[in-house]
Amino acid sequence: MAGTAVRRRLTWQVATVVAVNDETATVRTIELAAADWAGHRAGQHLDVRLTAEDGYTAERSYSIASAPGEPVTITVQRLDDGEVSPYLTTELRAGDELEMRGPIGGYFVWDADHTSPLLLAAGGSGIVPLRSILRHRARSGATAPVRLLYSVRSLPDVIYRTEIDGLADGVSVTYALTRQQPPGWTGHRGRVDAGQLEDVAWPAGRDPVAYVCGPTAFVETIAEGLVGLGYLPHQVKTERFGGPGGP
Amino acid sequence: MDVLDGNAIGGLLHEVFGTEMTAATATCASCGATGPVAQFVVFMRAPGTVARCRNCLAVQMVIVQCKGMNCVDLRGLARLEAA
Amino acid sequence: MSPVSRGFHGRRSDEAAAPGRVPPGQYVTHDFPVLSAGPTPHVPTGAWTFSIRKAGAVLKSWTWQEMRALPADTVTVDVHCVTRWSKLDTRWEGVSVDTLLEQAGAEAAYVLAFSDGGYTTNLPIADVTGGQAWVAFGYEGGPLEPEHGGPARLLVPHLYFWKSAKWVRGLELLERDEPGFWETYGYHMYGDPWREQRYAGD
Repeated sequence: MAGTAVRRRLTWQVATVVAVNDETATVRTIELAAADWAGHRAGQHLDVRLTAEDGYTAERSYSIASAPGEPVTITVQRLDDGEVSPYLTTELRAGDELEMRGPIGGYFVWDADHTSPLLLAAGGSGIVPLRSILRHRARSGATAPVRLLYSVRSLPDVIYRTEIDGLADGVSVTYALTRQQPPGWTGHRGRVDAGQLEDVAWPAGRDPVAYVCGPTAFVETIAEGLVGLGYLPHQVKTERFGGPGGP
Repeated sequence: MDVLDGNAIGGLLHEVFGTEMTAATATCASCGATGPVAQFVVFMRAPGTVARCRNCLAVQMVIVQCKGMNCVDLRGLARLEAA
Repeated sequence: MSPVSRGFHGRRSDEAAAPGRVPPGQYVTHDFPVLSAGPTPHVPTGAWTFSIRKAGAVLKSWTWQEMRALPADTVTVDVHCVTRWSKLDTRWEGVSVDTLLEQAGAEAAYVLAFSDGGYTTNLPIADVTGGQAWVAFGYEGGPLEPEHGGPARLLVPHLYFWKSAKWVRGLELLERDEPGFWETYGYHMYGDPWREQRYAGD
């Protein structure tokens, strides 16, 4: 039961890297095996802790990319000036160990018995928890219709491209390419604005639920836009991945 | 500087309270606004973690990790109800 | 015991500082990490003032122009953050707090520095006088950026850097030591990095 899954004690445990797989030039998916994993809900994340030889530690949170029932994977984007992501995306390899704590989260989660039309809005690596939701929906046979809005700088930056392009069964996908578009591109260009959002979003009258995830500034823009379209606060779930921003 | 939300402290809060807290409902002692802990405006890169009200930015929670303990100050909250 | 993460060393500098250069428990960084308890204020210098107050009254106040007209020092100092990073040989430009207190003509035992956004920190008067503290508006030859405390921050390099209040707007003169923001939440009232006074009771 989802309820008991979050009420257990949450402790750090050692996890072993099973496999790593590069999604794009800067993004890698890491499969982890942990002895004491009680399963997770779509949208949850886990915390990772690294320890250097002199005892220095660094902790980061990463959304779980896989669906409930699948092996636990996280997808990490390498930040040029990052401290942890360069290590996870270039150095870490199968057989290595790290400490992990999870699953975490009870707000930014989606369960298959939710029937509202779904708006999934991702900025950059914000696609990761939404991909977990999409996989869970597909695996469970849920029929809630989905509109995915995925904003990235350019097509090569799209994570899970093949998988997303292969989505069918009640999922419509809109890419917004903010910096570079291929020749002949007829889709959205530049940052998503109020008009584009209105084109993509479910009308408020359909009683939708939106999951918005990505850089803080992206999340703020989309969330404000949805409220402007009549979405109520409880219909807009947000998860901010950082960068400047705020109310 | 990274401005995050209450989701980012989900693990820390679970450690502190012994249960999932991001879906808990918080009431600001300063302005009375009510909402999920997940919507706090969170500053983590500091000598402690500071969670602020999304409506008025008043401090809601401060968590300082010192000497192996979590020191939690909740005086900024009028109410905190687990989901 | 946490397992060591093979090949992970974080972003710290490999260089070892000269013995005794860096306080205990600190590592040297070449970055300038941005730490904050709240959103970055953006105050135009036209709206900026700095005041010295006592018992609810403003003893003296300076506009940006008035502050910039005062004699300023350029100092090169090491700074030490309680989160364990130290940054060596940082260069700042600012007005000495001695100058400001002399002009205000007041005495007190302690000060509480206060900033835009509500941040405060407390210090003994002896630690912000005698050439130990500045209201700094310049960093590395340029204007202090908002994310690092601009238009101006307090600079008190001999104490942990949380005492160097960003976005400082004045000093409240007090007869008793009163805890500021981090001191209220468990950090040390004084904060001497050489005695590793990080938390209350250290």
